[in-house]
Amino acid sequence: MLRQIGIPVASVLVFLGLWELLVWVNGWPNFKMASPSDLPPAYIRYWELFLVMGWQTLWRTVAGLALAVLVGTAIGMIIGFSRIARDALYPLLVGFNAIPKATLVPVISLIFIGQHDFNTVLMAFMISFFPIAVSVGIGLSTLEPEYRDILRSLGASRFTIFRKIALPKTLPEFFGALKVSVTLAFIGTNLVEIVSPHGRGLGALFKSGETNGDYPLMFAVLIALAFLGIVLYYAVVYLEKIFAGWAERPQS
Amino acid sequence: MENLIDIKGVTHAYKTESGPLPVLDGLDVAVPEGTFAAVVGPSGCGKSTLTRLVAGLMKPDEGEVWLHGERVKGPRKTVGMAFQNPVLLEWRTILQNVILPLEIVAPSMSQKDREARAHELLDMVGLTGFDDKRPSELSGGMRQRASLCRSLVHKPEVLIMDEPFGALDAFTREDLWQTMRDLRAAEPFTCVLITHDLRESVFLGDQVIVLSGRPARTQYVMPIDLPKDRTLDVLYTPEVADMLHILRDQIKIAQGREPEVH
Repeated sequence: MLRQIGIPVASVLVFLGLWELLVWVNGWPNFKMASPSDLPPAYIRYWELFLVMGWQTLWRTVAGLALAVLVGTAIGMIIGFSRIARDALYPLLVGFNAIPKATLVPVISLIFIGQHDFNTVLMAFMISFFPIAVSVGIGLSTLEPEYRDILRSLGASRFTIFRKIALPKTLPEFFGALKVSVTLAFIGTNLVEIVSPHGRGLGALFKSGETNGDYPLMFAVLIALAFLGIVLYYAVVYLEKIFAGWAERPQS
Repeated sequence: MENLIDIKGVTHAYKTESGPLPVLDGLDVAVPEGTFAAVVGPSGCGKSTLTRLVAGLMKPDEGEVWLHGERVKGPRKTVGMAFQNPVLLEWRTILQNVILPLEIVAPSMSQKDREARAHELLDMVGLTGFDDKRPSELSGGMRQRASLCRSLVHKPEVLIMDEPFGALDAFTREDLWQTMRDLRAAEPFTCVLITHDLRESVFLGDQVIVLSGRPARTQYVMPIDLPKDRTLDVLYTPEVADMLHILRDQIKIAQGREPEVH
C-alpha cells in the first residue's frame, strides 16, 4: 500500500522540484514559464472558478467517453463479427480518425449553433471512440475458434457465446483502449472549450488567462487538467481491477 | 451392438482462394456404443474436420453422419469436446469452468447440484481442492484434466477429443491416459480420439482407425483386443509391439512412403 501510493506521490514531487529548479536556474520570468510555486496563489485566487469549470470539463468529458464506450463497442462488435462490415468500415473509420479534430470544431459549431454542451460532448466522443472500436473489433475477430466451439457444440446461441465467452475475453483489450480514450476525450473537450467563443470549462479558463496575460493561471489550468486526467485514468484502472482483474498475472 | 456414431461415405472440400481443397474422400467410420475409437493419420489429413462433423459444427459436402440413429444436422447437447488447447476461461475459477456446459445444457439445474456434479469429476481426476484456483495457476496437465471434466460434466453420450494430450510432456501424458481410462470405467461413454501418438491409440482404443493422406478415407482398422482395465505395462508386451509395428507401417503407407522391411 505504501509502495502503491508512496512511489507515485514521490515521483510527482520530484517532477515539481525539477520544474521549479529549471525555472529558477534559468531565471525565467513567469510569462515565459511559470514555476510550481506560482500555482498555489492562482488556485487560491480562483478556487471557485476552478471548481465550477473543472466540474464542467469533467462531466462533459465523462459523457463523451460514455458515448464513445457505447458507440465504440457497437462498432467493434460489428467489425468483429462480420468480415464484410470490417472491409467496408475500416477505411471510413481510419479516414475519419485521421482528420484533425480541431478542424471539426467550426463545422460542428455551425451545425449545432449555440449547443455548447452538446458540441463539447460530441467532440470528446468523436476523438475517443476509435481506439475502443478497433480494440473490441480485434478482440472479437481474433477469438480462437475453440473458444466458440466449446459452447457452439452444445447448441448455444450466438448471443450466449458472446455473453459468456467473447465479451469477457475482450475486456482486457477494452480497458486498455479505454485508458487511451480517457486522455483523448479530455483533448476533445478542451478543443471546443478553447476554440469556441464564450466557452465554458477549464479550456475557457485557460483562454481567459491568455487574454488577460495571467500566465500562472494558464499553467494552473494545465495542471488541473492533468489532475483530472489522472483521476479519470485511475477510475478506469479501478473498474478494470473489478471487471478484468483476472487478466493480471499473479506476481511471483 | 448398435453403432453410436456412423459416418458413411463422407466427402468434404474446403473452399480456398486457389480452388477447392478436398480433405475427406468417402470416409467411413463406425463406432459402437460405449467403445473408444482412436483415429490416427498423417498431419493435415482432415482428422480435425472429422471431429467438427461429428460435433455438428459443419456439414459434409456429401455423405452422412449419424449419431444415435439420427442424422446429424447441427450441434447437439449430447456431445462433449476437448482440444489440444484446454481453452479454459481465464476469468472463471476451475469450478466455474467445469460448470460452464451445465449453464447451457441444464439451465434449470440448481447451482448446488451443478457444483456437486463438478466435484464428482474433479475428485476423479485428482483436482480436489482446486475449485477456486484460476486456470493460470495450474500446470498444463492439470489444466487439461480440468478441461476433460468440463467436457464430461453434462454426461455426454459422445466425447470427441482432438489431440487433447498432444502438448503435454511424455510422463504427464501417460498419467492422463490412465485418468481417461478411469473416467470411462466410472461413467461409460463413447469416445472418438484424434491423436498422433500410436501408443496412446493402442492404450486407450477399442479400435484404431488409420486415415490415408489427404483427401482422407479409411485406410485401415485395427481392433484392439486388450482388457478394459489395461495398465501401462501392456504397452511393453510383444503383442502390443506387433500392433504398433503394423500401425507404424500403415502410417508410412498413408504418408505415401514405402513401409520398412522387417
